[in-house]
Amino acid sequence: MAVTIFADVQHNRVVLFSILFAMLALLAFSNPVFAQQDDIAVNAALSDLNARSFKGKTAAVEALGLLGDARAVPTLEALSEGRLYVRKTDKSVVIAERAGKAYLLIDPVTGAAMGEATSREIKKIIANNKLRGLIRGVLGQLALSSSDPELRRAAVENVISSPTNGSLALLKTARDREIEDDIRARLETGIATLELGSDDPGLRRAAVDRLADGNDPVIKSLLERRLLKNTDGSFVEPDAGIRAEVQEAVNNVNDRLALFGLAEDLIFGISLGSVLLLAAIGLAVTFGVMGVINMAHGEMIMLGAYTTFFVQEIFRATMPAEAFGFYLLASIPAAFFVAAAFGILIERGCIRFLYGRPLETLLATWGISLILQQMVRSLFGANNREVANPDWISGAISIGGGVSVTVSRVYIVVFCLVVVAALAAFIRYSRFGLQMRAVTQNRGMASAMGIRTGQVDSLTFALGSGIAGVAGVALSQISNVSPNLGQNFIVDSFLVVVFGGVGSLWGTIVGAFGLGIVNKFLEPVAGAILGKVVVLVIIILFIQKRPRGLFALKGRAAEG
Amino acid sequence: MKSAIKTIAAVGAIAGSLAFSSVAHAANTVKVGVLHSLSGTMAISETALKDVMLFLIDEQNRKGGLLGKKIEPVVVDPASDWPLFAEKARELIEKKKVDVVFGNWTSVSRKSVLPVFEELNGMLFYPVQYEGEESSRNIFYTGAAPNQQAIPAVEYLMSDEGGSVKRWVLAGTDYVYPRTTNKILESFLKAKGVAAEDIMINYTPFGHSDWQTIVSDIKGFASAGKKTAVVSTVNGDANVPFYKELGNQGIKAEDIPVVAFSVGEEELAGIDTGPLVGHLGAWNYFMSVDSPENAAMIKKWHAFIGDDKRVFNDPMEAHYIGFTMWVQAVKQAGTTDIDAVRQAMYGQTAPNLTGGIAVMNTNHHLSKPVLIGEIQDDGQFATVWETDGVVVGDAWSDFLPESAKLTADWTYPWVCGNCEKPKYLTN
Repeated sequence: MAVTIFADVQHNRVVLFSILFAMLALLAFSNPVFAQQDDIAVNAALSDLNARSFKGKTAAVEALGLLGDARAVPTLEALSEGRLYVRKTDKSVVIAERAGKAYLLIDPVTGAAMGEATSREIKKIIANNKLRGLIRGVLGQLALSSSDPELRRAAVENVISSPTNGSLALLKTARDREIEDDIRARLETGIATLELGSDDPGLRRAAVDRLADGNDPVIKSLLERRLLKNTDGSFVEPDAGIRAEVQEAVNNVNDRLALFGLAEDLIFGISLGSVLLLAAIGLAVTFGVMGVINMAHGEMIMLGAYTTFFVQEIFRATMPAEAFGFYLLASIPAAFFVAAAFGILIERGCIRFLYGRPLETLLATWGISLILQQMVRSLFGANNREVANPDWISGAISIGGGVSVTVSRVYIVVFCLVVVAALAAFIRYSRFGLQMRAVTQNRGMASAMGIRTGQVDSLTFALGSGIAGVAGVALSQISNVSPNLGQNFIVDSFLVVVFGGVGSLWGTIVGAFGLGIVNKFLEPVAGAILGKVVVLVIIILFIQKRPRGLFALKGRAAEG
Repeated sequence: MKSAIKTIAAVGAIAGSLAFSSVAHAANTVKVGVLHSLSGTMAISETALKDVMLFLIDEQNRKGGLLGKKIEPVVVDPASDWPLFAEKARELIEKKKVDVVFGNWTSVSRKSVLPVFEELNGMLFYPVQYEGEESSRNIFYTGAAPNQQAIPAVEYLMSDEGGSVKRWVLAGTDYVYPRTTNKILESFLKAKGVAAEDIMINYTPFGHSDWQTIVSDIKGFASAGKKTAVVSTVNGDANVPFYKELGNQGIKAEDIPVVAFSVGEEELAGIDTGPLVGHLGAWNYFMSVDSPENAAMIKKWHAFIGDDKRVFNDPMEAHYIGFTMWVQAVKQAGTTDIDAVRQAMYGQTAPNLTGGIAVMNTNHHLSKPVLIGEIQDDGQFATVWETDGVVVGDAWSDFLPESAKLTADWTYPWVCGNCEKPKYLTN
């Protein structure tokens, strides 16, 4: 939900006038004589965009808006997106597109190519937030009458979120000629928000009725402000009857928003749970199944994330731009094998000598984790590495009521469920899964049946590490890719596995989602820090009561 | 028992001879201690500062060293471990006999070494913006105090040009720097007439990675119809997921700008900055500033480090200014003796890389310009506002009642870092 309210009245007036003049100018534009005069004005305003102060630039943008010339659109877009430059030789304003090391120059008005320049020959024209907001408004006003419904839809939002004195008239005109139902509904809402402050009680009453069904927090706060008192003690809304209606509408919206709030906490909890589950699922294999306290588990996640970075760089260097978005898919197997290879190395080189000695394993794997961290730091540097989010997992889905879910998190939930299902199926149905279960349940008997237990051990450890690597691919999308990545997840991973019940995959799943959801319901009430503390206390108390976690293994296997 | 005594004696003898040899060695070189974490959490920020110190020392040695001797860097790694900082500081001063130390990043590490420097009468140059409320006789603060960063940034956002912000979210990591800065900002905002319900304060743990709830709260807070901005003192690794969540939830800088005090070029190098364009940073230096001094420095830096992708940032400039001033003060004093150099430091000047002249004041803080920049899609900042001249660093904030009374001045008659009255009364 975009919210931009220009508090400055003078500024509003300028925008208003620019809109009115824009409309006039659009009408006049068909006349060739005017057009020629426009050319001069456009060029003058263009060179003013290179003013030293932001005041000067603001004036130039307003002048361009005033002209309402459609040819100004690419220029304004370029300025807002940081593609507008000045050529140092002749001080002309150009749009520059990066092409390798050089820049391709384009005339902002005619769109004609103007040759190439190096980065030293041109200087960027800098826009600030206020200027970008102004441009958004100007472009929105121009686009209200566009023939493309998508553009109109966006324009309506822009006008509603930054209303000016002239917006009401503009919105009404737009409503009368709008043919798309959803855009007209949005326009009606926008008009109602503006008519809340009308002098006519009838209009105000109608506006309240119209807004009472919404569940937008912005509209709620608009309604609430009608209930306040002015500084002289009188009510903002003079009519007591309307005030009662407003109060009722606010109550209704609040009830609905409370429901949305619960839904939001639940969704965020599931999302956090999926991240916890991804981080913990590899540990559920190495710690849960094999009983190895692997402090280097977080570093396996980190290695997966760095593999993602590495694959991304290869894609950047060798693949066409369209294929770049798919580097994530390619990094999943790569991360699995890299982390699994390190897993085998660690198991064969160190852990296998320490089976049955948990304290030594803990210390040794802690040392390994430090070595791996410093190795990555020496190879890639101590800085964070940039892992780009491909377009197909960027952005958010709005659910209404001010609640939105980021797309990348939805993908992570899905991905995490797929990984867990694949792992469960692998352990349940594959030959190796059978051997793995046999070895962990009764090592001596499995060995007697001809299973090479040593080999199964190292492959199981590799499997757990590989899954941690795959988790690293997903976590690289929402977290930093730095040598410390793993440390942030190691404690949480152990919490999940212990809470869920050591050795139980199902317990790990329930544990992760349970902790995620409890955490997210506590966070708005207790704050991020106290929330974590409360969760820890809950787990400690729970472990006192059920030392083996939620889903304890039963029978003889549990004793071994 | 006897053998134990023997062993101790032997160890003592070895340690003694080592210490002796380092004293003998010290006579031929001027030793500069570098106390920055090269491993652990803070390595991300501090490694570059170690590199810049080696670069500056190398530069000075090419110019003939100092007092006719070569400068020798002594690098130690406190590994982002705060108590280890104190141990390493002691090692540098007592065992390695360094003449000065350049180091530290986090305030908690500075607080940990401060007693060591005061006890052993060492000299530390601290290059990072911090929360103020401190002035030690043995520390020179070359980073920004709150009145050189936080206050101007908030004033800019309040101005017409900055968007006339009326509602504020103060978001920070839960430790001493954000807590103190937010306390100062809160009382500053209230002094400017901002109502308590228009200020939202939020703290998160170090390395916080799940920002969904908080970003959603910020969106809710901003929906009240007043222009809202976020003042972020979120530190370290937590910034990347925070900005990613902002970008993903569609919060644009035009709607809710975020001004950060701990995010510089080095930190942005690890983020896809496309969705961040327009969010702000407040520093005393930006790599993008177009000045001849800056261009020359970046060129030399790239040549030294052998990588023209490496960034130069504000704390690195602070080390450059601090080192330049220290070299001048040593020359002026004709010795590396701590007390003589300290006296020579006052009033020492050095050119800022962004233009103008930095001055070391008697409260051990610098006068420096303040720049506000917006993040660009190439990971650099574009300056959108700057102070007319330099701003004098204020150790004790005027916006906290208990600290407004205090003065830091290490010259006669004050000679004090936190006094209400001069130590020596002049009649």
